[in-house]
Amino acid sequence: MQAVLEHSPPAGATARTTKRTGFLLLSPSVLILLVWSIVPLVMTLWYSLQNYNLVDPTLHGFAGLDNYWYLLTDPDFLHSLLNTLVLVAGVLIISVGGGTLLAVLYDQEFFGRGIARIMVISPFFIMPTVSALLWKNLMLHPIYGVYSAMMRAVGLTPIDWLARFPLMTVMMIVAWEWLPFAVLILLTAVQSLDGEQREAARMDGAGPIARFRYIILPHLGRAISVVVMIETIYLLTIFAEISVTTAGGPGVASTNLAYLIYSRALLQFDVGGASAGGVVAIVIANIVAIFLVRAVARNLEA
Amino acid sequence: MATVELKNLRKTYLTEEIIKGISLSIEEREFVVFVGPSGCGKSTLLRMIAGLEDITSGDLLIDGHRMNDVEPGKRGLAMVFQSYALYPHMNVYKNMEFGLKLSGMPEAERRAKIEHVARTLQLEPYLNHKPGQLSGGQRQRVAIGRAIVRNPKVFLFDEPLSNLDAALRGQMRVELSALHRKLGATTIYVTHDQVEAMTMADKIVVLQKGVVEQIGSPLELYHHPRNLFVARFIGSPPMNFFSAIFQGGDAAGSSVQLRDGSSLYVPVTSPGLLPGTKVTVGIRPEHVELASSGPNSGVVEVIERLGAITLVHVRMPDGEIIVVQTDGAALTDVDTRVSLTLPPHNCHLFAPDGLAFEACHRHPLAA
Ligand SMILES: Nc1ncnc2c1ncn2[C@@H]1O[C@H](COP(=O)(O)OP(=O)(O)OP(=O)(O)O)[C@@H](O)[C@H]1O
Ligand SMILES: [Mg+2]
Repeated sequence: MQAVLEHSPPAGATARTTKRTGFLLLSPSVLILLVWSIVPLVMTLWYSLQNYNLVDPTLHGFAGLDNYWYLLTDPDFLHSLLNTLVLVAGVLIISVGGGTLLAVLYDQEFFGRGIARIMVISPFFIMPTVSALLWKNLMLHPIYGVYSAMMRAVGLTPIDWLARFPLMTVMMIVAWEWLPFAVLILLTAVQSLDGEQREAARMDGAGPIARFRYIILPHLGRAISVVVMIETIYLLTIFAEISVTTAGGPGVASTNLAYLIYSRALLQFDVGGASAGGVVAIVIANIVAIFLVRAVARNLEA
Repeated sequence: MATVELKNLRKTYLTEEIIKGISLSIEEREFVVFVGPSGCGKSTLLRMIAGLEDITSGDLLIDGHRMNDVEPGKRGLAMVFQSYALYPHMNVYKNMEFGLKLSGMPEAERRAKIEHVARTLQLEPYLNHKPGQLSGGQRQRVAIGRAIVRNPKVFLFDEPLSNLDAALRGQMRVELSALHRKLGATTIYVTHDQVEAMTMADKIVVLQKGVVEQIGSPLELYHHPRNLFVARFIGSPPMNFFSAIFQGGDAAGSSVQLRDGSSLYVPVTSPGLLPGTKVTVGIRPEHVELASSGPNSGVVEVIERLGAITLVHVRMPDGEIIVVQTDGAALTDVDTRVSLTLPPHNCHLFAPDGLAFEACHRHPLAA
């Protein structure tokens, strides 16, 4: 006892030095990360307050909040904001809903399950540009596409999906890319469900639907919220699929916020306006993130 | 209250037969315990009765109706699992309510039932707790409560107490016995705990490698084991064995000669056995008596003093260890030479094929 008491102050001091050394060792990476994220942010903020158009060097100087004003009163901006939300919500509903059903399905024993699992997961490994091209040219092309050939084979006129329903088609392509991710996460979650719990439910007289509704779905709660959070973060910035398939058109029918910023900066060379759009996008992403993190954190605690 | 009957039940996984034709009939209100070494198929058999495993062949009758192809939820059984298998996202009340709700029982009736059961099991203060907020013993009670509210014809238990510490296990054992007396429901209980089997069972079924070795009351198995396996399995510490040569027998007993030349006249019948056959003499540690001199001597190797009793491990000249259970105050010392007295009426005799010879007199408690 005596010995312990005598030794405790030096022990505390050691802990403190260890902690300080830890901070010192961590600081370079923290510093790099800070510079990495802060510098572009500050530059964007700076440009968003400037008159800065690459094709019109005569107009320059401090613009105040003009860029924001033009942006927020631009009907295209509101339209693209709405498109962003529709895209995120639509893809989430399809991928989480479909992912849950597929996860439960692939949890069953059936012949060839291993291969089927690999196949359902594989779209995730195709890069967005490629999968958008695949869909645009191989599947949905009104003349050469597989879908069109199938329609013609039964005597129907194929629809030109990308021209008729541009936003919905983009949504479908993105959902096709993200469904495997949802399946992957949710399948591992389904498999972690205690077998005796399912059996207890069977003994309680629960059929497959009641088991899904009352046992499996609550068990999946956390995994679903993780999928929603991760997907939302990525879906807010969908770009490649739009750029490859519709280029945001016709008009702005399939333009989301990310694509709008791109077209302002690199098609219209309006760096100031694009930066203002970028700042608005950052604000929106953060608002969404705050809500999501709160909801998920609550779910993870329970 | 129901009867359960198994008729030549078999189960094959892929190519391996796990349950090899088990026939058994369970009376109304009976408390039947399945015991056996790990992997012998106890859980599999119980799960076949529950409907969680398919029956490969044979018939399962509950109250005389064939149940082989009836859904688990419709067999009128309730099961308590080793891991309790409570639904983690539902509170205690909802856990108990789940089965009732699915069966379409009206709300008021459900509430009355659950409150009654919660009172019986002293779970009232915890009805709004989630399983994660309960102790092991409380979870166990909830699992039992969930089974009771459904008012099943038969209760199934798969090692329900094995996750509890020793003291709690003892307490729950007594509670379960009392509950069984009160509810009077037919019960099938799987365990590999000797004490649970001996104290709770009306009837014990000893299984080994998918076959029934013996069915009987606890004391019947203790006093009249049918073969070497049951003799070794029931009783703790396990029975001691001596090899011996059969010399001859009559209606009142059989005489055998032990390794050291001493002979023993055991009151068991041995019809048709040829003198000179190798047999095995079995005697429980609590029946061997220690003497300072005489036949069957050996050296004390280990002494375990448990307070009330003392276990003396004696190394015999042929290298075998014989365990003797004596009084807690026994003064024997390690490394001293002792000799063992084997009271003949407590000895069992086993033929070379492992089967026990019929005792001339049944033990009064195992009639
Ligand atoms: N799904 C399965 N597929 C193949 N073999 C199985 C399966 N389930 C159990 N077995 C085999 O059946 C045998 C009996 O298993 P069981 O679980 O009934 O044993 P047990 O008597 O309950 O043992 P324990 O006391 O360890 O719980 C074991 O040899 C096991 O390997
Ligand atoms: Mg088992």
